[in-house]
Parts: sequence; C-alpha cells; structure tokens
Amino acid sequence: MKLNKITMAIAAAAVVLTASTVQAEIQPAVVYDKAGKFDKSFNEAVFNGIKRFTADTGISVREVEPTNEVQVEQGLKKLAKRGNSPIVGVGFNQANALSAAAQAYPNTQFTLIDMVVPEANVQNVVFRSQEGSFLVGALAAMKSQTGKVGFIGGIEIPLISVFGCGFEQGAKHINADIEVVYSFVGSTGAAFANPSKGGEIARSQYEAGADIIFAAAGSSGNGVIQAAADMGKLAIGVDSNQNYLQPGTVLTSMVKRVGEAAYQSYATAQNGTWKPGFVSMGLAEGGVDWALDEHNRSLVTADMEAQVNALKASIIAGDISVHDYMSDNTCNY
Amino acid sequence: MNRDTRIAWINRLLLPLLNIITAFAVTAVVFWLIDVNPIEAAQVLLYGAFGYEEGIGYTIYYATNFIFTGLAVAVAFHAGLFNIGGEGQAYLGGLGAGLAILLLDPSLSAWVFIPASIIGALFFGGLWALIPAYLQAYRGSHIVITTIMFNFLAASLMVYIMVHVLRETGQMTPQSELFPTNAWMPFVHDVAAGFGYSIEASPLNMSVLLALVCAVLVWFFLWHTRWGYAIRATGKNGSAAVYSGIKPKRIIIVAMCISGALAGLVSVNELVGYQHRLIMDFHLGYGFGGIAVALMGRKHPIGIIMAAVLFGILYQGGAELAFEMSNISRDIVVVMQGLVILFCGALEYMYRPWLIRTLAPVKQAAASQEVATEVGA
Amino acid sequence: MTMTDTFAIELIDIDKRFGAVHANNKVCLQVKQGNIHGIVGENGAGKSTLMSILYGFYQADAGQIKVLGQSHTFTDSHQAIAAGIGMVHQHFMLVENFTVLENVILGSEGGALLANGMAAARKELTRLADVYGLKVDLDATIDSLPVGLQQRVEILKALYKGAKILILDEPTGVLTPQETEELFRIFDALKQQGVTIMLITHKLREIISVTDQVSVMRAGQMVAHRDTCDTSREELAKLMVGRKVLLQVNKKAANVRAPLMKVKRLCVADDQGVMRLNDVSFELRAGEVLGVAGVSGNGQTQLLEALSGIINMTSGSVEVLGFTMDAKNPITPDKMRQIGLAHVPEDRHRMGLITHFSASESALLGYHTDPKINSGIWLNKNRVEDNCKALMSAFDVRPADPHLKSANFSGGNQQKLILAREMERNPDVLLIGQPTRGVDIGAIEFIHQRIIDMRDAGKAVLLVSVELDEIMSVSDRIIVLCDGQITGRIDASDADEKTLGMMMANALDPIDPLKTMDDQLASTQQASAQENQV
Repeated sequence: MKLNKITMAIAAAAVVLTASTVQAEIQPAVVYDKAGKFDKSFNEAVFNGIKRFTADTGISVREVEPTNEVQVEQGLKKLAKRGNSPIVGVGFNQANALSAAAQAYPNTQFTLIDMVVPEANVQNVVFRSQEGSFLVGALAAMKSQTGKVGFIGGIEIPLISVFGCGFEQGAKHINADIEVVYSFVGSTGAAFANPSKGGEIARSQYEAGADIIFAAAGSSGNGVIQAAADMGKLAIGVDSNQNYLQPGTVLTSMVKRVGEAAYQSYATAQNGTWKPGFVSMGLAEGGVDWALDEHNRSLVTADMEAQVNALKASIIAGDISVHDYMSDNTCNY
Repeated sequence: MNRDTRIAWINRLLLPLLNIITAFAVTAVVFWLIDVNPIEAAQVLLYGAFGYEEGIGYTIYYATNFIFTGLAVAVAFHAGLFNIGGEGQAYLGGLGAGLAILLLDPSLSAWVFIPASIIGALFFGGLWALIPAYLQAYRGSHIVITTIMFNFLAASLMVYIMVHVLRETGQMTPQSELFPTNAWMPFVHDVAAGFGYSIEASPLNMSVLLALVCAVLVWFFLWHTRWGYAIRATGKNGSAAVYSGIKPKRIIIVAMCISGALAGLVSVNELVGYQHRLIMDFHLGYGFGGIAVALMGRKHPIGIIMAAVLFGILYQGGAELAFEMSNISRDIVVVMQGLVILFCGALEYMYRPWLIRTLAPVKQAAASQEVATEVGA
Repeated sequence: MTMTDTFAIELIDIDKRFGAVHANNKVCLQVKQGNIHGIVGENGAGKSTLMSILYGFYQADAGQIKVLGQSHTFTDSHQAIAAGIGMVHQHFMLVENFTVLENVILGSEGGALLANGMAAARKELTRLADVYGLKVDLDATIDSLPVGLQQRVEILKALYKGAKILILDEPTGVLTPQETEELFRIFDALKQQGVTIMLITHKLREIISVTDQVSVMRAGQMVAHRDTCDTSREELAKLMVGRKVLLQVNKKAANVRAPLMKVKRLCVADDQGVMRLNDVSFELRAGEVLGVAGVSGNGQTQLLEALSGIINMTSGSVEVLGFTMDAKNPITPDKMRQIGLAHVPEDRHRMGLITHFSASESALLGYHTDPKINSGIWLNKNRVEDNCKALMSAFDVRPADPHLKSANFSGGNQQKLILAREMERNPDVLLIGQPTRGVDIGAIEFIHQRIIDMRDAGKAVLLVSVELDEIMSVSDRIIVLCDGQITGRIDASDADEKTLGMMMANALDPIDPLKTMDDQLASTQQASAQENQV
C-alpha cells in the first residue's frame, strides 16, 4: 500500500518534472499542518487542490510535512531560501512561523490559510465558516423531529466554536425553541483524528434525544457519521463534501474549500495577479457552501432546498448577518 | 584490562554502538525496499545534521531537549521508578516558565526573567511529577500508570489554560502573547556575534549550557552526595535501602520531583529560547524520546549527552531527509527513529551475551567464585 | 556382587579453567554404584564447578566423564539427564502455583495433549512413591507444601526423568532435624533400589552419619578420598581448610548483666493479616548471646525486622537501650543505629548489601549520612574508601579492594564485610541473622569468635540461625520459634539436637517424623510460601 503510494508519487514526480521544464515560471510549495497531508480532512483537502493544480498546469508543488513545531518555521524558511514562491502555509497554527519566515524572506510570496498575519508579503485566506454553518443549522432545524440537534467539535477553540455558533444561529433562526447540545471530542490535536471517540460521543447525543449532529472534528466526524448510520439518525459532514460516505444518512455537508484557496494562490501567482493582504471566503466567494447531491437528494425536500437557498441569498446580500464567534469570543448574536 | 572493566566497556560503548549500527542497517534495508539509495540517504542525513552551521544548530537544539528529558528519566530510573510522564512534566514546565515571564513586569532585565523562567519550569515540572509520586508512595498507585495519565491530564489542563486563560486576545491560535525580548534566552548565534564570531542563525540558544550544567549536577548528585546514594540504593535494592534506614517514600518523592523538574526545563529551550511565547504541543515526543535516550545512555549523564546528540541528528537529519528526498515521507523518518529506539532501547541487551562470551570470558578469581555460587544456587 | 564394583560415575582428570583460575585441576572421582558419596569442600573449592560439568552446564577443558561405564560428553543438561543423572538444587526449581504432578511433568509433558501425559505420569509417580517411600499428594500445589515435601517433589522429578544417579546440593540447609532424618531415610530406600547418591554439603556431621565414601576438594583439587567409616569430622575439616580447625567455639562463661532489650508480647501481622509473630516476650541481656532456633520461615525474619525497626509491630512493646517502641511509636532503622543497635540481616543479598554497588558503597549501607564521611553536601569518596579499607582489614575481607563490585566477593567475604560494618561501630545490641549461611568453614570460625568477643565485651547479641550446631555452640540461652510463637526456652548447656528439634516442631512427645511433617503441612502453609521467597 505504502510502497504503491510511493511508486506512484515517484512516477508522478517524473512526469511532472519533464512537464515543468516547459513552463516553470513559479516554484510553488506548501507546508502542511502537523497532522500530515493524508488526514482525510483539512490538509488532505489542500493536498487535493494542489494535485488538481499540478494536473492542470503540470507544475509540481514542493511539499513539506513537519513533525513538530520547530520544523514548521524551518520548512517555510528553507523553502523560501531555495527560491520557492508562493509558499502556502496550511492552518492557523502556522501563524507565528509564517510571520517569521515572511519577515526573513520579504520577496517571497506566502499564503496562509485560516489565519491572518499582518505582513506585506502574506496573503491571508480566511473562511467565514459561520455562514455555511448557519445554512446547515437551518436545514437541521427544518429536518429535526425531536427539536434537539447536536454539535460535535474537535476541540474547544474559537476556530471550531465558530462552526457551532453559526450552526446554532441557523437552527434558532428556523425554530427559536430548538435545543442545540455541544460536545467536544478532546483537548488536543488528536481529537481531530479519533473516529471511535467521535462515534461514542455521537451515540450519547443521539440517545439523549438529538436526531441530527453536525460534526466539525476532522476525521473524528467519520465516527459521527458511522454512528448516525448505525442508529438510523442523521449527521452533517464538514470541510469536504462527505455526503457520499453514508448516502441517506449524511443530511448535507458544510463545505469549506481550502483546496481552492491553495489552487487560487498558485494560479494567481502564475498569472501575476497574486496579491498580499486579506482574502475572506464566505458564501459569496464560494469559499464555504452547503452540499446537495444525489447522495442526500432524498433527504432534502424541494421546500427545504428553496428555504436554504433563500437564506444563502439573504446572507450574501447582507440581509442576514451571521455573528462571528471570533469577533468577540462569545456566541451572543 | 580486567573482566569487570571489559564488561563495563562492552555495556557502555560497544553495545550501544552495535545497536545503532544494527538499527541503521535495518533502516538501510527499508530504504532499499522503497528504492532509496541508503548511502545517498545517509549522506543527506549527515549533511543535514552536521553539514552546515544552521543544521548543526538545529541538531544541538533538539539534543538539548533530549538531554533534559534523558536526565529526567535517568534520575527516576536510578530510584527504580519508570517516569513515563516526561511529556506532561515538560508541558507543565512550559506553563511555569511562561507564567513566570508573563506575570513579571515586562521592563525587568534578563537577569530576572531568565532565572525566573527556569525556576518556574523547574517548579511546575516538579509539581506535576510530585502528584504521581505522592500517589505511588502513599497510595500505592503505580507510577507508570499515573505518570501516563498525567500526560493526558497535562494536555487537557494546558488546552483549558491556553484557550480560556492565556490566549492572546484576538488570536485564534491558542498561544500566549509574545514574551518581552528581555525574557528571551539569548541565541547562540547572537552571543557568538557579541564575541565577534559570525555563525548562521538557528534556534540553538544558551539553554544548551543549562542542559550541560544539569548533566554535571545530576552526575554529582547521584554519585557524590548522600541523597544520590540513597536514591541509587533504593533503585538497586529496595529492601536493603529500607534496612539501612532510607525512607523509600521520601526517595520516591525526591527522585520524581527532580525528574519532573528536569523534564520541565525542555520548555526553557523550546519557549524561552526559541518560540518566545507559550504555545501548544511544543513538548511532543521529547518526554518519550527521553526514555530511549536514558536507556541508550546507560542512565549516565555522559551517555545521555551522547544519545541526545544522536536523537538530535535523527530529528534534524530526518527532517532534512524528508525535505530533500521526495520519496522519503516523514513516516519513513519516524520508522527510522523507531528502529533506533527498538534496537537501542527495547533490544538493548540483544548482543550482550555474545559480546561477553567472546570478549570477556570468565577470568578473575572472584568472578569464578561468583559463577560457582550462581551455579550452586 | 558386581554392583558395587561398577562405578556409577567416573571422572578422570577433569580440568576446567576460568581464565587464570584453575577451578578444577585434574580432578578424579570414582563413585560406586548404589553408594552414597559425599563431596565436601569450602566455597570456591570447585565442587559446584565439578557438578556443573557433570550435569552439563559447563564443559571440561580436558578429562573424561564416564557414567555407568559409558564415556559421555555433555554439552547441556538434557544429555546428562538422558544418561541417568538427576540434580536437586539447593533452591528448588518448582513452579509454586502448579501442583506436584504438573511440576514433575514440566519439561517432559509427553505429547501435545496434556491429559494423556498427566495420566501416565500419575501412574508412574504413584509407583515411584511406593518403591522409594516418597509419599506426597500429587494434586497439592507446591506453595501449600512444607519445604521437606517440596524437596521430595524435586527428588521425584529427577527419578521420574529416569535418574539412576542423584546429585543433591546442600539438601538439608532448609530442613528441621526431623525432616533431615526423613530425607536420610529416603536416601536409604533409594540406595536399596540401586540409586547412586552424590551429596554435596558442608555439614560434616551429616557426611559422617549418612555417606559411604567421602571426597574432599580444596582449591580446585581432589585432596582426599575416604571411606566414611575411616574418617572423622576433625580430619575432614582439616582436609578442607588445609589446617586444623576448631569445630567447637572457645568461650568462657558468660558474664550476664542488666537487660538491654525487653520484648513484651510482641505481635507482628503481615500484609495479609496473618500473625507471623504471636505474643513473643523475652529479655536480651548485656554479656550474653541469646540464640533463636527454628525452621526458617517461622517468624525469625519478622523478629529481626521488627526489632530493628524495619517493619512495624502490630502490638506489644520493645524497650531497647532506654527507648520504648510500640505499634504507635515506631523507631526507624536509622534511629536504631544511632542509639546503638546494629543488625546483620539474614539475607545478605536481599538486605545486607547491594550487589551492584562497589564494596565501599555497600560498606556504607545504613551509615551514608554519617557526618564523618560527608563534607557538606559532598559524599567524600576518599573517606568512603578509607572506611571500607579499615573494615576490610579488621575482618580480613578478601580481596581487600574497595572498588570491587559487592557481587564479586565470595559469600564468606560478603558476610565478613557486613559483619565488619555492623560490628566495628561497637553497638550495644547486635541482632544477627544466619551469620554463617553459605560461609566457608574457616570464616565460620572467625565469625563465631567475633560474636563471642562482642559478648565478652558486655554487649547483647541476638543470634538467629537455622543451624542448630551454631545455635548450640555460640549461644548462652536459646529460645525456639515455631509458627511465630516461642515454643521453647532452654539454656544452651542443657540443649541437644533432639530436644531443640522437638521444640522447633512444637511437638511435645516424640512422634513419627513423617507425621510431624504432615502436621506442618496444615500449620505452616504461609511459612513455607515465605520460605521460598527468601
């Protein structure tokens, strides 16, 4: 399995190498989070965007997977030193390291996903996750028969609370009396990669009366979806479109297109339109969305679809303003 | 050279060396299986670790962490205690160092900040080991279980503190605000610059000196004080220690507190020396690595320093390997580190009987009596 | 009869060197078939090496081994067993929580299905038990058996594996006199059936009473072969040591003075709540040696440890040197040392020293906080070594090398180092456990003399020993412990082996020793479990 992957990677690299000699204007690179690029979640979404970019342009992307905090900065700096640009940093945890690297290499283009650092050569891509979460919360409230829905986050940090807060706002928007129960898988990064614990927590929420759970917990969410399938309940996926995982069980997915951010960063650098500064990707920009496809079609009535799309339009238009948990670290909306 | 000396040399030098060679030989086979030229990989690894000043800096920087945790594990080992809680103690040590700095007036001088942060790290790391030590000494809970549990507790506690108490306002990364620059442990390259030498910047900071001082202190403490004697006596023969009037409960407490305090110093290197703020998960891997370092270093400070440098090489050279060679993923680097731990830690005595048979056959008068009694018994 | 003319074992010019040490120097030995043959010699004389060569643990550098007339080269013990040799070690090789039957078939289970092998083994063992008078409950677990019966299991095990020649290494060290007699009765039965027995022991009395021939080893060489009827203990001792040895301790009458220790109704329970010492009272007076006799595991360990402050008593009190200790007010071992009570523990490896430490560090045990060897926080290595050197020269410890690892000294020298450590500080009360266990004859003489010297200097000595000879010759008064209680008090001058033996078994009238053993089975289960740990 591993060998296969490696051979494939070697083959791909060989192909890419010949192609890149033709149009090597940029030398893009990426530094993943410590979770690694095959985390079936956030990093993998970035990896998929990068794969797509390589497939589309034939330009290979140099990848670094750090194993500890020190290697993040070491990797960023080393890539910059070798002339790579733009360099994408994945995840909010890289803020300090990327800031230091950006100061050390002011002529290199850096893109930071999910976080903001105020450097002149850094493009900061943040997602308005609360908007997408609002939509899936609203859909959950429409669908719920028990009047109780659940939220399971990876760890209790603002970035994750944003999902929960948006979800709650959406649900309450539809049904002011609905009850939203919160749980968190754990307290360390490992909580984003613990499907069995995710499943356990989901079971207890379902047993306590919730009939739909929104999981923002990386691959721990897979356990939530499995528990939903086992117990005949519904779950909502996150980050990538996870509807296909359990057709008929996944009500929808709150899609966060982080791969698109990496892709766009490289593509704009290639055509010279890359800009430093702040890029906020919400519903309007297609950075977040709710997912409707053949796998969950049967769960969502036309009426629900219409309502959700109406809410989406309202948010885009600014008629509904969704509170951002991180603006004040509370969920008072 | 008499037999005891030979055996000592076998135990201290030959055995670890052979173990490392075996580990690298197996690694070479793994590399060969995934179509990586082992010689080329070795070159990259060694170049990464030693080939340029920055690389050396990183290597020693990592080694500094392992010296702290290796010493920590060794002190507990000498008391017959297996401290698996180095991770948690290092983490809490970070809290101690961080609080010491953040609670002090930012205008104070480095002469206040740095000792304060060291004391904070010692105190909190020691405190985190004190609780399992107390439970072992007075409540009979096994130290292995409690220290491992305390790693999880430390992680949870730190998440809570980082997220709800210390997080910098307006930041979503759970991290404290930046330490005032006076509180930074000076970088070695800055100190060198002060003396007119120019070396490449790296995270290597003066904590490495602290680590060496700790190594000397641990050596002196264990072998040249009555308390060290009591600790070693307890570790080697608990009944004899009780017989001699040594109080094992007290030894458990003292040894674990020293152990935890040493582990806590990882944070001085990581946070006060490099990150300059309290961050999450800076400690990961060093506590457990310390166990392998202590075993490989034969629980002696000199051996620990050597083993720590080896682990520094593995960390820095391994990172270089993953960076330079596209078909070596970081998982392969972990495999390589795992093999070293396997052969130097878990299988450390694999070659011993053979080495002793060939290089130090029974010889001395006393030794033969020993054998005779053994057989007679 | 051709039987006695055939040699069961013939060792010809066996030579074995460990480096510079000539452990066996052209050793020749002929053991007649069906005889009981004793081998005596001091520790390190080469007996154990020779037996290890015979049993296949070591291979000789030169020489020839003949078993029942056949030449053999043993490279491991399985080959020796196949040739008909069985060995009963000093420390039993039994799995404690297995039954007798399971232990016997261990290593020769006979096929994949345990049940078949077990049934066959049961039949064979019943036969062996009948033939040799080795009665033992095959379904009892080992830890429920007294030591004497455990030893029988070892013998059965060897016989079951087809042993025609039995080697027994110090078999009586852990037995009561009655159990010892029973063992010798078994020897007779084995001998009747043509089994050859090689008995390795340092107890010359037993050699004289049970063997047919005896061979003496000294410094790697066979120095003498004797028919037992033609020799004496004195001659054997002289042959072993190479000079004349005093077997009786030379002592003048005791000058007994005031009691230094008063033990009142002392009770000690172990962790399981079992009473290991029950209502023990006695006085220990200045100028006397009080002997504590008993089969090991009957509370002697608890007595020494309670009196020295290592374990807490459950009830009762001890007045020692002006201090009073009871369950609520324990005195710690270090405090005991300070007030002038020294303790030589029974088991030198478990307690007396730290085998991994150098001699100088072991010589420090219990005294490492002494200001004389500490300069401030610094444990002064020079003073530590000087201290050790002084002790070594006072007690003639060899080699007199403070750096040598404690484990590398012979048993006698380890013991002398410990005695030196405890006696050279001139304590007023000295507790000594098994002072001569595993110690050479020459050293025993020395140690006994030192104990008497302490007594004569007006000190109080409590001597715990399982060696009745030692108890009788060194003590002035004797108390006997059985099952944690004092079952006899007697003046040494009135004591003989038989009386003490009955006190040790807590038997009022002389009865069948086998029955005594079975009685013990019920009463000393715990004791025997403890025994095995020690």
